Amino acid sequence: MFTHHDELKSSYDVVIIGAGGHGLASAYYLARDHGITNVAVLEKGYIGGGNTGRNTTIIRSNYLTPEGVQFYDESVRLWQDLSQDFDLNLFYSTRGHFTLAHTDAAMRTMRWRAEVNKHYGVNSEAVDAKAVKDAVPMMDISCGGHSPVVGALYHAPGAVARHDAVAWGYGRGADRRGVEIHQKTEVLAIETEDRGSGREICGVLTNRGRISTRKVLCAVAGSTPRLLSMVDLTSPIYIHPLQAMVSEPVKPWLDPIIVSGSLHVYISQTARGELVMGASLDPYELHATRSTLDFVESLSMHMLEMFPFMSDLKVVRQWAGMADMTPDFAPIMGKTPVKGFYLDSGWGTWGFKATPVCGKTMSHTVARDEAHPLITGFGLDRFQRYALTGEKGAASVGH
Amino acid sequence: MKIMTCPINGARAISEFAYAGEFRPMPDPTRASDLEWADYVFNRNGVSGIKKEWWCHTASGVWFIAERDTVKDIVLRTYLYVAPGVEA
Repeated sequence: MFTHHDELKSSYDVVIIGAGGHGLASAYYLARDHGITNVAVLEKGYIGGGNTGRNTTIIRSNYLTPEGVQFYDESVRLWQDLSQDFDLNLFYSTRGHFTLAHTDAAMRTMRWRAEVNKHYGVNSEAVDAKAVKDAVPMMDISCGGHSPVVGALYHAPGAVARHDAVAWGYGRGADRRGVEIHQKTEVLAIETEDRGSGREICGVLTNRGRISTRKVLCAVAGSTPRLLSMVDLTSPIYIHPLQAMVSEPVKPWLDPIIVSGSLHVYISQTARGELVMGASLDPYELHATRSTLDFVESLSMHMLEMFPFMSDLKVVRQWAGMADMTPDFAPIMGKTPVKGFYLDSGWGTWGFKATPVCGKTMSHTVARDEAHPLITGFGLDRFQRYALTGEKGAASVGH
Repeated sequence: MKIMTCPINGARAISEFAYAGEFRPMPDPTRASDLEWADYVFNRNGVSGIKKEWWCHTASGVWFIAERDTVKDIVLRTYLYVAPGVEA
């Protein structure tokens, strides 16, 4: 599926660090839309082995801020014909997405989100508890009596897709257009020089040799702080693990995607019948992908409040990814104070759905050395201007 | 990491503790420039390593410092915070 390259070339027009969905999508659009094919994608591990292969595959655009809604809406549009684009079945499946509200205060936020969404042409609406019950008859909408469902934000375009295939599709498309993907290639240092107008990128040192380049795109999720320290930049990013788990397969009973911020639960059923479940972030900083029993216990407890019959189900896998969190739950994208160093980071718990639009906007940003209009609200410099983009519509954020 | 040792209450289950971020000296708010203050408010050292962190034993409200390896998830030591210039 991918060409193997024995040697790194001595120089590339663009070096992309990280062969996850975001890095490979950027490479794909650089080659397809901007004609830049002398590109290396460096990956310490294997293609799609980071958060691209560790998320719960949910795609939606029912965010809260105008910046977020427009950005993710463009992503959902790109998703819809990606399988055609790649000639590879992504199993893109539009299911509808309920974000449950258990209190009047949460319902108010849902109405707010619905109005912002509608204003930007995104199909979202506030619905009552009966609509939830009609869509998911097997749900106990009193949630065991503890926190009855008052209503929900319903987002019809909510979808799931096969996450590995996204990385493979973008990777294969980039590979066919001449981009080199180098797996098991670790970046050891990023070299800069001062040519009179501030620091500029001049090369990348890897465990397989040195590369000259003037442009580096960093798309490494949980490793972002370490890469930033190589170019002496600081950011608000901090790393907490996000865990998820999957049940044994059962016959189809759950069509839509269900999310409850208050109960810290999200759940969907795959085409194979497994239930994919996630919860909130781990409570403290950690640079490892270990799994914990605490996670399974607390997630199961809340899950059983909604779906008591699931007590008979077996959990067959659990895993974790390292999420690069930001203080305002919006990503950090675009140019940096180091010329030629571009950042696609701060993707915390919400990066999978943004894969196509990140590739589109970052390839534009790298090719033209100018932030794409859709990402101007996400720059690293927003923090020193105290101009945050409060994206409380992000996953695992309670209201 | 399943157990943390509170400097006052001894070894307790990790579920009794709350993490409150890395220990960071605060610049003087009356003298810091806007940039220095923004750096203090927002920026974090997200790189892995052995870090000094604020933790709270929530059952008793004891705040203390833990030195923890953020890769291996092992606590190396815990102790009460003593402000500079204050005798312990």
